[in-house]
Amino acid sequence: MEAFLSNIDRVVDGFSWTVRLTLVSALLSFVLGILLTAMRASPVPLLRGLATSYVEGVRNTPLTLVLLFCGLGLNSALGLSMADSVAMDVFWWAVIGLSAYTACFVSESLRAGINTIPLGQVEAARSLGLTFTQNLRLIVIPQALRTVVGPLGSVLIALTKNTTVASVAGLGVQEASREMKLMFDQGIAPVLPTFVGFAIGFLILTLPTGYFFGWLSKRVAVVR
Amino acid sequence: MRVGRISSILGGTAALAFALSACGTADVGGGGGDGGNGGETITIGVKYDQPGLGLLEGDAPVGFDVDVATYIAGELGYEPDQIEWTEAASANRESFLQQGTVDMVVATYSITDERRQVVDFAGPYYVAQQDILVAADNEDIQGPEDLEGKVLCSASGSRSAHNIVDDMGIDAELREAGNYSECLELLGNGTVDAVTTDNTILAGFAAQNPEDFRMVNNPFGEEKYGVGLPEGSTERCEEVNAAIAKMWEESVATQALEDAFGATDFAYEESAPETEDCE
Amino acid sequence: MSVQTAVLFDVPGPRARVRNVVYTVATLILFAAGLAVLYLGFNRTLTERETSLFDPATWAVNPAGQWAADKWEPFLRPETWTSYVLPGLQNTLTAALTASVLAIVFGLLFGIGRLSERWWIRVPAGAVVEFFRGIPLLMLIFFTMALPIVAWQLFDIPTGTFQVTALAAVVTGLTLYNGSVLAEVFRAGILAVPKGQSEAAQAIGMTRTQNLWLILIPQAVTSMMPAIVAQLVVLLKDSALGYIIAFPELLRSFTLLATRESNVIPAAIICALIYIAINLTLSRVAIWLERRNSRRGRPSAKPTDAEGAPTKADTATGAAGAVAVEPTVQEPLPDTLTEEGRAEPGDGDTDGNGTDGDGSPAGRG
Repeated sequence: MEAFLSNIDRVVDGFSWTVRLTLVSALLSFVLGILLTAMRASPVPLLRGLATSYVEGVRNTPLTLVLLFCGLGLNSALGLSMADSVAMDVFWWAVIGLSAYTACFVSESLRAGINTIPLGQVEAARSLGLTFTQNLRLIVIPQALRTVVGPLGSVLIALTKNTTVASVAGLGVQEASREMKLMFDQGIAPVLPTFVGFAIGFLILTLPTGYFFGWLSKRVAVVR
Repeated sequence: MRVGRISSILGGTAALAFALSACGTADVGGGGGDGGNGGETITIGVKYDQPGLGLLEGDAPVGFDVDVATYIAGELGYEPDQIEWTEAASANRESFLQQGTVDMVVATYSITDERRQVVDFAGPYYVAQQDILVAADNEDIQGPEDLEGKVLCSASGSRSAHNIVDDMGIDAELREAGNYSECLELLGNGTVDAVTTDNTILAGFAAQNPEDFRMVNNPFGEEKYGVGLPEGSTERCEEVNAAIAKMWEESVATQALEDAFGATDFAYEESAPETEDCE
Repeated sequence: MSVQTAVLFDVPGPRARVRNVVYTVATLILFAAGLAVLYLGFNRTLTERETSLFDPATWAVNPAGQWAADKWEPFLRPETWTSYVLPGLQNTLTAALTASVLAIVFGLLFGIGRLSERWWIRVPAGAVVEFFRGIPLLMLIFFTMALPIVAWQLFDIPTGTFQVTALAAVVTGLTLYNGSVLAEVFRAGILAVPKGQSEAAQAIGMTRTQNLWLILIPQAVTSMMPAIVAQLVVLLKDSALGYIIAFPELLRSFTLLATRESNVIPAAIICALIYIAINLTLSRVAIWLERRNSRRGRPSAKPTDAEGAPTKADTATGAAGAVAVEPTVQEPLPDTLTEEGRAEPGDGDTDGNGTDGDGSPAGRG
């Protein structure tokens, strides 16, 4: 354990990338997820079709491939650069890939949340003359969000763990699991303590998130 | 009734899985080594993902390492159709030899003191060096010192890029890819300025698209490629060394190098390396 | 998807129809522009072009680009499919099926373990489930691969005494992670079986074990079938992580093929299509099972029910509970939203890489 602790700066460094990836991707995927959900419920058939195909396609593709497409396809083959330094460039492309992927799950949860809203709510809104966007913005999304706080928490936990894939797939972000693998390979510290240390790191990130969202979902639940 | 249905579904899935896992030897293409029996066939571990050295071409691997292995096996009394090929990835070469999964490993396997603790080495049959691969129209980079401020691709788990950045103190930015074919993709698109590793590996990739890439041909360091054998195979080691010497004398080795790398500007070694003593 | 069933918006009047047409056209233009950027970008005629954007030469297939025929031609050769794709697919399915069976066994054991009356079973089972649900699959795979080194470092067992094959590492990782998620699914399913069932079992003199195996588990498994299948989709998708440790599954086979043909991007596209086809089929099975359940008047319970499932009346169980309780409310809506209708929040968290599919850990205990 001492050998592991003496390398604690590398561990902290790895987790700092994990946390940054998680937070930025969470925000972006939330926004993107709401947009996708709005498109899927919209009166324009083309928008519905596009959004549905996107969600169905991307969520059935392994994340590794989504990130590979971002790293080797958009970033490299199309020559789109997000930042000057390599480290930030791959970071942003990892964020884009993770968000594009996670947004599908945000959208699926929200759509399910919308399905729980009593029909009377939207009918009342329509009879008051609310337009589609007003209906969505004032009636549907606020209620749907409150019902899906729990599932969104699961999506966030999933995202936290999924950031590990950004260490491979043509991007090589130096997040925590990559540091762990390097420490295994370079024989810096014994394997078991290293693994346990990194596992505790991830549990510190995921367990409180789960409990917080569980608490929140109870607090904001719509009583029907 | 319901219970019966469900359990029969589960049971069916289980049966299917076990049936599949029974026949699933988890190899792509070539043979699944069934252990070192030495008599009828010989099982040799080579790389499947290194063009020019050992690359899976449909059902069998091809490349310089494969040619060397075939020649050595021939000298040991095995016809080419008595050879079973198995993929030996970098991570499993030692354990394959220790467990007898393979009889021999010819897979860009550098001889190091650390590895000599657990396996025996014959050879070396070739001494590779580290070099740099750049885009064909890049004239700026002529050696490691020109990489200052450039973006360098390294394959995950490889030390090569760190040799330049950490050991030589050259301030290059690193972009890590999963493997060297991803690195070549990044290099071809201009996302990275250079790729570095053993010159044999680079030349193998360059030979696939000779008009796109250029070897800098300013090599440094040395990697002695040996033939990995199970520990305690001194006799087999002597035979392999004799085969390697003969292979160079008969110019079979240079021909194999020419076949693999002739299309590139890689200046490969044309003389036999000095073999080391078997333990 | 007809207008009549739409509830979020009124039947469009003349102005709304015009607006919809405008939106449709605008979307089409944006979409076409996006496709064009992708096409030209991969064709290497977007930024490096010498000709004008409207010159046919810009749009012609560039032999140096990703659409060049020689990069796609390998997929027309039968040998590509017999030597790379099919063996890769076989390995993917082997790993996924083996891990599925083991994960279901693991899930049953630990799901029931967490419901045990004895604390010395309940607490460790809970700890194991929480541990494996909370850490990334990739770390589990790396660790399993390193087990021979652990044995050497801790117990001085020489390396090479036993070896962990890539298949074993992938299957172990997938089993532990997905098994933990399934444990929660089974637990939620058992808790969701109406109390009267157990009471009736007790009344006719069944033992606890009989009650569990003959009454509770069969009902739980039936109601949880959609969630189980959804989790198996996750498992199959996660098996792609095996490529990192050179397990020759589908993605790894495509990597080998791409190394040989230097066509990384075309290979990635074809590989993604194969995964999507397999997973869509499996997802359809999940949806079909769910519909069948609902037709028979059995609500499909969801892993999210686990949060607070003990008290079914508790509205805080979240959306899944609400849906199950009020089937009449959400019946008309699904058709408006998407064609396949009723996905529930529990579906939302089935996703890749060893993660999700689980309800949030909240409210347990």
